[in-house]
Amino acid sequence: MIPRLTGRGMLAIFAVLSLAALWRADLSGQQPDPWLILSRIGQGLLHPALSDPGAILRGTALTLAFAFVGVALGAGLGLLAAPFYRRAPVRLACIGLRALHELFWALLLINLTGLSPLTGVLAIGLPYAGICAKVFADYLDEADPGPARALPGALPPVLRLLWLRLPQCLPEMRVYTLYRLECAMRSSAVLGFIGLPTLGFHLETFFKQAHYAEAAAVLMIFLGLILPLRHWMRWRLVPVFLALSLLALAQVEVPPMGPGALGRFLSDIVPAPIRGGTGWEGWLSKVFLDQAWPGVVVTLVLSQVALAGTTVFAAAAFPLIVPRVVGRAGAALGHAVLVVFRSLPEYVLAFLFLQVFGASMLPAILALALHNGAIIAHLAGRQAQGLALRADAPRGLTLWAWELFPRLQANFWALCLYRWEIILRESAIMGLLGVGTLGYFVQRNLQELRLDRVVALLVVTVLVTLGIDALSRGLRARLRAGLRAGAPDGASAGIPAGAGRAEQAGCGPG
Amino acid sequence: MPAHAPLLCLRDERPGWGGAPVLGPLTLTLHRGERVVLMGRSGVGKSTLLETLRRRLDAGPGGRELAIVAQDHGLVGPLSVFHNVWMGQLDRHGTARNLRTLLWPSRAERALAEAALAETGLAGLGRRPVAALSGGQRQRVALSRALARGGAVVLADEPVSALDPAQGAALLAALAARFPTAVLALHDVGQAMAFATRILGLRDGRIVLDAAPATLTEAQVMDLYA
Repeated sequence: MIPRLTGRGMLAIFAVLSLAALWRADLSGQQPDPWLILSRIGQGLLHPALSDPGAILRGTALTLAFAFVGVALGAGLGLLAAPFYRRAPVRLACIGLRALHELFWALLLINLTGLSPLTGVLAIGLPYAGICAKVFADYLDEADPGPARALPGALPPVLRLLWLRLPQCLPEMRVYTLYRLECAMRSSAVLGFIGLPTLGFHLETFFKQAHYAEAAAVLMIFLGLILPLRHWMRWRLVPVFLALSLLALAQVEVPPMGPGALGRFLSDIVPAPIRGGTGWEGWLSKVFLDQAWPGVVVTLVLSQVALAGTTVFAAAAFPLIVPRVVGRAGAALGHAVLVVFRSLPEYVLAFLFLQVFGASMLPAILALALHNGAIIAHLAGRQAQGLALRADAPRGLTLWAWELFPRLQANFWALCLYRWEIILRESAIMGLLGVGTLGYFVQRNLQELRLDRVVALLVVTVLVTLGIDALSRGLRARLRAGLRAGAPDGASAGIPAGAGRAEQAGCGPG
Repeated sequence: MPAHAPLLCLRDERPGWGGAPVLGPLTLTLHRGERVVLMGRSGVGKSTLLETLRRRLDAGPGGRELAIVAQDHGLVGPLSVFHNVWMGQLDRHGTARNLRTLLWPSRAERALAEAALAETGLAGLGRRPVAALSGGQRQRVALSRALARGGAVVLADEPVSALDPAQGAALLAALAARFPTAVLALHDVGQAMAFATRILGLRDGRIVLDAAPATLTEAQVMDLYA
């Protein structure tokens, strides 16, 4: 039992931890002249260009194809697993699936299925199956029991599920799947950074060759697809989209894998000492002391600073989309800025900042804070617009400080805590860009073809993620309990009904 | 079975929710062929008593002959009106048939539901999702479900509360015509007097009135609400 803490006490601990992490963080920019790069990127953005439209078109189509097939697989498996989610084996499998980031899944699967479309589809589909199963199971649990009570006789469970509970949840499941599709577009693009033929692949190439005009064009194409997603995505067209996606994926040329890939993979993931050759002591100390420990420390440091940055940015940014604070034009501008940050994947943002500031923790921190902060700001801002304000309520910053923030506080902290686990998963991934988090050591072992160490590090990553998830859920439960106890009439003065839904719909992993 | 054979007996029962008794001790015998109306102030336990009767009948041999109209209608919003009506007879068919009906209702099944919908004035709305209906229409869907199911007994909790008086009276008559035995909770005294062969008045967790409407004065009934 954690001793009873006031909100202020928790905030103080959070601030101290963040400052300590900031002190440990490496913020030294290596880039001699960030302004030069920034101005070149700016020029590229003003004059986007495409030298090989065919290749970019193919990359765009494949980005969509991976997203569609991946989400179909994930949502389909999730739907099948959801009714059995209360059974421990199913739940544990789902937790394991979703605790690993899509990129880690891809890096692991590449050793089994090569740089093939299957790798990309599974990398998206497997973790999404885990998260969809959980969310769908929650929806099913919350389905109104009224219809079952209103029917005479006992129905078999399968009929209760398909006739009564599932139909009630379908509208919510559709909304959530649409949100997942948006996440999958980001995941799909990012998979290009490890060699799959999506837009991320072109983005990385163009940036590395300093072709900023072309990189800008790729970014704009991606935004042009993801921003109006809810308008072009039609449920009736899903079979067509899926068929086209499968067709597109079938066209991808797959580099040949030698025969016996599965056998090799299975033997490679067995720890080296079991296979013989080395002793346990050396292996354990190498994997856990030299790699996992520093990897975990840097991952936690990065995620702590990023979470603090997220919180500060979100608190400052959410009023930017409230017309009563910044005016109509200001709110439109605020929306435009936030939508760009929340639509671009963290990994792409970090890669962009890496080009500008050079290698250090700074690009990763900025990327995580801006992306996650923009998501929270968007949700909190929408709630702020929904608040019923008295007619003589102040305007501008006074409104933010005296009305909006105090009234939205509880929900705001809940959203930040909810994002914590996601930031941690992403922090581990940032190692692929050179920061010394768990992902860095995973990648190094992959290059040395030491799959046993990769698997050990991934297990550590899963455990740390689960630990943070449990902590975050515990803190959120305390937050809710504290509110209920503190509310004068027992009514939920703080977290509005459906806040959990908002978290899920707008804040899921990815 | 003779028309006035006992349908079920409660003896010193204390019905309630989650271990906390709301009613009782109650002793009550219901007979076949009776149209019973439960009356009393809101919260007095009419729904609790109906739920107790329903459980008892459901568990007994007459479960298949029971139809229910729930106070909250018990509808599944995203499903069509047809599905919500047909839902009342899922227990009469096998699982495979019920799954087929969910996806591809047959012409005969649609026709059966449509007949009940015509009776409640919802003819032609079978394909509309229930979520798109008004409150009164939803209540009529719940009534259609019971009428389509039919059977020996209907238990209905405020089945016409959202309808205008003329519609309400017509649908109560339809229930009386379709089901030999009925137990209803109603709050409208006029409707209750017209429908019932026996009125049960509840007050302070007990049955304080048990009589045929012809032997009752309006003042006696109004006393329940005082």
